[in-house]
Amino acid sequence: MTALSDAGLPARPRLLRPAGLLPWAGALAVLAALWLAGGQAGWLNSYPDAWILPLRDWVSEAMRWLVKDASFGLFTFKELTRAFAGLLDLPLQICLILLSRGFAVPLGGDAGLLIPPLSWLGVTGALVWAAWRVGDAKLAGLVAGCFGYLAVFGQWNSAMVTLSSILVAVPVGILGGAALGILGYRSRAAERALTPVLDLMQTVPVFAYLVPVLFLFGFGPVSAMIATIIYAMPPMVRVTMLALRSVPAEVLEFGRMAGCSRRQMLWKVLLPSARHSLMVGVNQVIMLSLNMVIIASMIGAGGLGHDVLTSLRRLQIGDGLEAGVAITVLAISLDRLSQAIANRTSTPVHLQADQSYAVRHATWLGIVAILAGTYLLAFFLPALRSYPDWLTLDTGPLFDDLVQWINVHAYSVLDAVKSWLLIHVLIPFKRLLVEAPWPGVALLLAVAGWRIGGVRLGLTVALLTVFIAVTGNWEKAMVSAYLCGISVVLAMAIGVPIGVAAAANERVHRIAQNTVDTLQTLPSFVYLIPVVMLFQVGDFSAMIAITAYALAPAVRYTDHGLRGVSSEVIEAARMSGCRPWQLLWKVRLPLALPEIMLGVNQTIMMALSMLVITALVGTRDLGQEVYIALTRADTGLGLVAGVCVAFLAIIADRLIGAWSHKRKQELGLA
Amino acid sequence: MQAAFHKLAGRAGVFAGATAIALAAAPIAAQAQSYPESDDPIRMTIHDWTGQYLTTHIMGSVLEEMGYTVEYVQADYLAQFAGLESGDLHVAMEIWETTGKDALEASLETGDTVELGETGMRAIEEWWYPAYVKEECPGLPDWKALNDCVEVFAAPETHPNGRYLGGPVTWGGKDDERVEALGLDYEVVHAGTDAALFAELQSAIQRKEPILAWVYTPHWAPIKFEGEWVEFPKYTAECYEDPSWGVNPDMAYDCGKPRGWIKAVGWAGGEEKWPAAYQAIRNFDITNQQMGEMIGKVDLDGVPSGTVIDQWMQANRDTWQGWVPAE
Repeated sequence: MTALSDAGLPARPRLLRPAGLLPWAGALAVLAALWLAGGQAGWLNSYPDAWILPLRDWVSEAMRWLVKDASFGLFTFKELTRAFAGLLDLPLQICLILLSRGFAVPLGGDAGLLIPPLSWLGVTGALVWAAWRVGDAKLAGLVAGCFGYLAVFGQWNSAMVTLSSILVAVPVGILGGAALGILGYRSRAAERALTPVLDLMQTVPVFAYLVPVLFLFGFGPVSAMIATIIYAMPPMVRVTMLALRSVPAEVLEFGRMAGCSRRQMLWKVLLPSARHSLMVGVNQVIMLSLNMVIIASMIGAGGLGHDVLTSLRRLQIGDGLEAGVAITVLAISLDRLSQAIANRTSTPVHLQADQSYAVRHATWLGIVAILAGTYLLAFFLPALRSYPDWLTLDTGPLFDDLVQWINVHAYSVLDAVKSWLLIHVLIPFKRLLVEAPWPGVALLLAVAGWRIGGVRLGLTVALLTVFIAVTGNWEKAMVSAYLCGISVVLAMAIGVPIGVAAAANERVHRIAQNTVDTLQTLPSFVYLIPVVMLFQVGDFSAMIAITAYALAPAVRYTDHGLRGVSSEVIEAARMSGCRPWQLLWKVRLPLALPEIMLGVNQTIMMALSMLVITALVGTRDLGQEVYIALTRADTGLGLVAGVCVAFLAIIADRLIGAWSHKRKQELGLA
Repeated sequence: MQAAFHKLAGRAGVFAGATAIALAAAPIAAQAQSYPESDDPIRMTIHDWTGQYLTTHIMGSVLEEMGYTVEYVQADYLAQFAGLESGDLHVAMEIWETTGKDALEASLETGDTVELGETGMRAIEEWWYPAYVKEECPGLPDWKALNDCVEVFAAPETHPNGRYLGGPVTWGGKDDERVEALGLDYEVVHAGTDAALFAELQSAIQRKEPILAWVYTPHWAPIKFEGEWVEFPKYTAECYEDPSWGVNPDMAYDCGKPRGWIKAVGWAGGEEKWPAAYQAIRNFDITNQQMGEMIGKVDLDGVPSGTVIDQWMQANRDTWQGWVPAE
């Protein structure tokens, strides 16, 4: 009830009062004036080349120095990074030997002893056993189904190569992330230094830092793994800081009273009590690492990502889809397994003492027994060693035929829709953004920042915008903004209604959840090529791909926000005679709006992170710039364009975040 | 690298079935010989088209037969030069004159890479259209007919201009310049990748719609689909360098694309490390015809690339043994 009291909900947000409108009107007027003046002064419309700061040349130069000349006296910088790469290569090779390729022991001369890898049945069996021990029969069934899929659809070998790099990258990401998180928890200074770095790590497209990574760590799977770690680590750092901060004061107090040293406090009190929250970070690291599989395979990681790319290159869509689903299946089983481990209630230590060794260690003993048993058995039953080819399924041609059928029979309808949207929506919007004078846009964004979040936010936003212009990326950035803008609107238009339906109905909720999970883990390249076949190379195809990927947060946050509206408020609204649609429109949606706006924010982030992928279809924006830089090994070009993408993301994030926060305060929710 | 895994895994299965202790096949090496000079792996680069995958693996198999250790590394066509210069990568089998000439020359100038000779294949890259388009635009293949057929090739994004689907920007090719120099009323839409380019081509052909796109050979597309290359004024070096040459007196690039060699290139340090291997690569020689057949088998008939390579190696034993330098 309190939420609807006068104090909690002001009659009207301040924004709409006449005095509050003045700066907006002013900024719009200046924008319009600049636009008109643009005819006389060309520099208003497009940022002059002569004013461009050669930042990217400086970055490239610095990189060259780092790779060729930087030295610590005893050894060079490059030797240091190469040594690090060698260190990471070791566990990777061990995993590869165990899971995928076995090991040939040279016995001198031409003879060699080939030690085969683990049996597919053994790996599957061991994981199913582990799933049953830490979870329940349902989880065991899921894991069996997932790994069974890998074997039956002939994806086993590639999947094991991918799994090997995940098995190395994920622990490194988790430990590194946790270490940085602990550092940030202990020292405010470290946290302040970390936050902007994390922002950049999450928003700069991966392609942008692949080039420096290749230079420093060499071409090959290790570089791919390092890029994966950079991409997947930030959530772990953030979650660790947050989780440690939210350990209840009572627990800390108790630890202090028990006389814990600083180290004991961390290891015996803080980390164990934050375990559940920390697992959220672990889950994110796993998911993001698997998101990177395709990109990693472009620089030599091999595995499933490589299969997806090669199949699609031959336009064998079905085969690409099968390999893509294999990635999803890996993601789902690893995710559910890690969640089960986190939620497991282990037997208290004082009870364990009474159990025999075998009972206490049943999980591990079982895993070892299954692996060893099948391994030995496989020497007599080759079918256990590698899954027999004649037992594999191939649905590839089915999907190829399906796409061809749609292409031939439904094209005229698709084409009509596409042309209409292009002519009436996409092209005009693109022209609007590209032709808008850059100083005017910067001013408008600054005013928005100032009105929503204060002078500081206004200044930040203005500086970030000007940076994009000064580095000569204005036009490309506007094309990016246009592609993302349109896609976000479309994603919201589709996602919000689905979210509303999901919030109202349990079954819709479950179906929607599973669908968006799949859409997010299925490599976007898999649906990119069929989209190109149906909609041709160009902005429209890019828009569809971005929308499909960015749909997930729109559905999720709407669903979550609507479910979060307190039942008292709904009860009160019902008692005052609201009809169902009034309840939705007048009460639930407005109250869930801040949460939905966070969904918008996430949708924008997703859309921006897809830009680089859509460059693979062919767009002329920042994403393409980053992609070109990758193929030309131009560090400066890639990093600067990448940072521009990051700045677009940060501008959107800060503005929406501030608005959402403000609105929540006005609604008395925060 | 993938193929290597499969191969090993396959071997493991076969041998493990026969005996509990499996002996890996020994390289078929001649008696006492001067190579391999080093057991360090020769790292060969793999790019994103099938032909290159096949040439690299054929050469790799020959090197393995000679006793070398070979590793295949996925690397971008242009980005690989950085790796070749630093010695992270060692051999790239296919640098096309049409797309990689500038990058190759720049790299050779550093002195860190060496040319490893022509592969024998001849690259053709040009604007291409399916045969049925000729009904709507009878003036083709002459380039002058293109401007009469703008309506045939137009699309909403490019209207009133025609739409030409170019290769990825990273392939170069000077198409934007060509359009301007020849006064063509066309807009170049760059596909992002090889896959996207041929996806659109195939889908247009399935519907029998007009399309004008960048097609190259050796590739499966001109084998699978019936079509023709647009005939531009013939390429000469002057055309690209001298504006006054050709139909447009003020601009260069008023001609077709160069047709030319496909060369192998290697890390300069390898010259001393694996001289015999480098010599064998220099001897590598294969025709468009042979390569086209193999690409067709892999991309159109769905034969695994490993099988195609093994078949070729068996059927052409004399050919590749001729590449191996004498003791």
